[in-house]
Amino acid sequence: MTMSDGAPKHPYHLVDPSPWPALASLAAFMLVFGFTLGLHPDMLGPHVESVVKTVNWWIIAPGLLLVLAVLYWWWSDVIVESRKFHNAVVQLGLRYGMILFIASEVLFFVAFFWAFFDSALYPNSPEMPLRAEADGGVWPPKGISVIAPFDLPFMNTLILLLSGTTVTWAHHAILQGNKRDAVRGLLLTVVLGLCFTSVQAFEYMHAPFHFSENIYSSTFFMATGFHGFHVLVGTTFLLVCLFRAMKGQFSPTHHFGFEAAAWYWHFVDVVWLFLFFCIYWWGSGKAPIALH
Amino acid sequence: MATHAAAAHHDDHHTPTGIKRWLFSTNHKDIGTMYLAFSICTAFIGAGFSVLMRLELLHPGVQFFNAADGTPNGHLWNTVVTAHGLTMVFFVVMPALIGGFGNWFVPLMIGAPDMAFPRMNNISFWLLPPSFLLLLLSALVGGGVGTGWTIYPPLTIQQGAGMDLAIFSLHLAGASSILGAINFITTIFNMRAPGMTLHRMPLFAWSMLVTAFLLLLAVPVLAGAITMLLTDRNFGTHFFDPAGGGDPTLFLHLFWFFGHPEVYIMILPAFGIVSHIVSTFARKPIFGYLGMAYAMVAIGVVGFIVWAHHMYTVGMDVDTRAYFVAATMVIAVPTGVKIFSWIATMWGGSIRLEVPMLWALGFIFLFTIGGVTGVVLANAGVDYAMHNTYYVIAHFHYTLSLGAVFGMFAGFYYWIGKMSGRQYPNWAGYLHFAVTFFGVNLTFFPMHFLGLAGMPRHYVDYPDAMWHWNYIASIGAFITFAGAVFWLIFVVFGTLLFGRKVGANYWGEGATTLEWTVSSPPPFHTFDELPHIAPQAHH
Repeated sequence: MTMSDGAPKHPYHLVDPSPWPALASLAAFMLVFGFTLGLHPDMLGPHVESVVKTVNWWIIAPGLLLVLAVLYWWWSDVIVESRKFHNAVVQLGLRYGMILFIASEVLFFVAFFWAFFDSALYPNSPEMPLRAEADGGVWPPKGISVIAPFDLPFMNTLILLLSGTTVTWAHHAILQGNKRDAVRGLLLTVVLGLCFTSVQAFEYMHAPFHFSENIYSSTFFMATGFHGFHVLVGTTFLLVCLFRAMKGQFSPTHHFGFEAAAWYWHFVDVVWLFLFFCIYWWGSGKAPIALH
Repeated sequence: MATHAAAAHHDDHHTPTGIKRWLFSTNHKDIGTMYLAFSICTAFIGAGFSVLMRLELLHPGVQFFNAADGTPNGHLWNTVVTAHGLTMVFFVVMPALIGGFGNWFVPLMIGAPDMAFPRMNNISFWLLPPSFLLLLLSALVGGGVGTGWTIYPPLTIQQGAGMDLAIFSLHLAGASSILGAINFITTIFNMRAPGMTLHRMPLFAWSMLVTAFLLLLAVPVLAGAITMLLTDRNFGTHFFDPAGGGDPTLFLHLFWFFGHPEVYIMILPAFGIVSHIVSTFARKPIFGYLGMAYAMVAIGVVGFIVWAHHMYTVGMDVDTRAYFVAATMVIAVPTGVKIFSWIATMWGGSIRLEVPMLWALGFIFLFTIGGVTGVVLANAGVDYAMHNTYYVIAHFHYTLSLGAVFGMFAGFYYWIGKMSGRQYPNWAGYLHFAVTFFGVNLTFFPMHFLGLAGMPRHYVDYPDAMWHWNYIASIGAFITFAGAVFWLIFVVFGTLLFGRKVGANYWGEGATTLEWTVSSPPPFHTFDELPHIAPQAHH
């Protein structure tokens, strides 16, 4: 396999050296180390403690900002490269990559659903008298008032399902080279995503229980909270696609960035359906409904 | 790093140098080299922890692990145990086998010019040094983490600030693994050379494919579990706290749903390496190629449904235990397929006992012992007596320290000439193997007896009656460590500095996979022109 002077005779994209991976690793370290310092200001002795107590939770700001900056720089590079290097074979690789990433995300949510069903299916387990005592042997645990599933949560279900249709509208518009409708569809999807987040924020502020109350509230906020975070990520992804659509960067044959965002959005949507049916609806059992 | 100096003259003027080449790397060979160098460093730290432990256990009574007032400090002991376990699993075996050999040889074997996502490949590597730094800090901050690598609550809830550093260390290492897994699967699915169908793909690539799927699906569950641990510790949630309606065994289930695939993640790449070596040095194609590939797939699939055999004693009902006994024993079937296929490959072969072949034979022999004690422990009734004894320690060190680590050394001796362009000194390789084989067996075989006698793990001391075998085990550990130091000096540095230069295929006719068609070391970019694979070319 000797080198030839000309371009490589294969369809793959050999990426140029890049500072972003190492910088992202540094940022991740700064973020988690800052977070741990925020949790335990006394961790490194009295001198550091006084500094941490002065800046308080701003301790995580440098790491967080650097993470966000690297994400911006890294993906900007990808967008620039896509015009030149993302042929059909490279796009297929990106498809595999995105599907696999979503598969790993599914397993991440499995952990939280596992926690939910462990407590929701066996509230009266004879092996765990302490638990039975704590939750009264019933699910939801005694003393919990739940959020009415067919109130705002159901509206949020409809909002997300509707956003699934608007993103499909945008997809069809891109496939037909219709930039105006692609922008409209994406704009509607982003707005619906923001509506969902707003409703969820309202619901959190008026929730009849708080994160550390008991296992019901813990699983509720953990599962819906991580879902909410994924909605924000998906909304941002779609927002980037909206800007790119406005700039005319999507063609009927070359728009994988959009498709990845749409896949991710559908994944977030499906997770919500499981959350709604399992936690909000089935999981509310016979508990009293809280009034806003 | 000197290994690549020789490669430079093969390359065009675009080959990056210095920081741009290494810190900003997008080259699978360079990233593989960094993984290997990193895991050599961490291996000596991890092995240093075990030497500390064996020094303490050399004699009954507590010699070194004492608090300031002279009383035994069991927590300090457990902190070292934890650091040893987490270092070896996440920062030695996985980076060496998956990041190191996987990065180097998956693209070469399938005829791909690089990995599918070269830049993402680099973050998979560079997440590890900060992650390892967090782990080391976790042992030093807030009294250290004395929980064992399984980090079970409620003990983890009671640890100091170091526990949160350890949790974040695992988050970063996990992210590294998931991104790496995505990269390997995509590379193997999308970048095989023309004619290289999955059923013609070399077995090491198959082993990495299965490993990557296990990582992809198991690691996120650990991420979720340790995130709940984090909030239980810091934000008052009750996931693992029965007094709030939670369940400590929930963590055990989540952990082992990850942890059992994780042990296969560590051994499957070694299976792949051993298959290549046995075939090369028996000068025969591997016996039952498809059976070997699908045995790994079967091990991977069944590996996801046996997790609770690690927790027979937590109070599961008898039917559940019966299921996990049966499912666990099923794993012995595909594993047996592999063992017997290796033997059948050698049968009638023209065997050359080169150094890599010795490590591969050692692997087959020792891993089989570990596998057999695994079948013993799979029985819930027997495990009731053995749980958390040194019998378990002996079992999993036979599969990992003597299995995965032998696979690592086998791969090192098999491929170092390919990676560096220089061959190891033969005498040093043989001596290293002899010393290590003797040392590790002296260390771990007596642990079976100690376990059967009831010696529990995670204790800093033991009754005088157990002195004999503990003494012998400690001597074995010192011999092994001396062998490792010898290896570093004479084999690693000796090869890189003074090794004899070798050609493309220095193993001859038995070595049939594509990495033997490129020069040693390979040029910076390989397969600019894709190779074509003929139908009979599989291995």
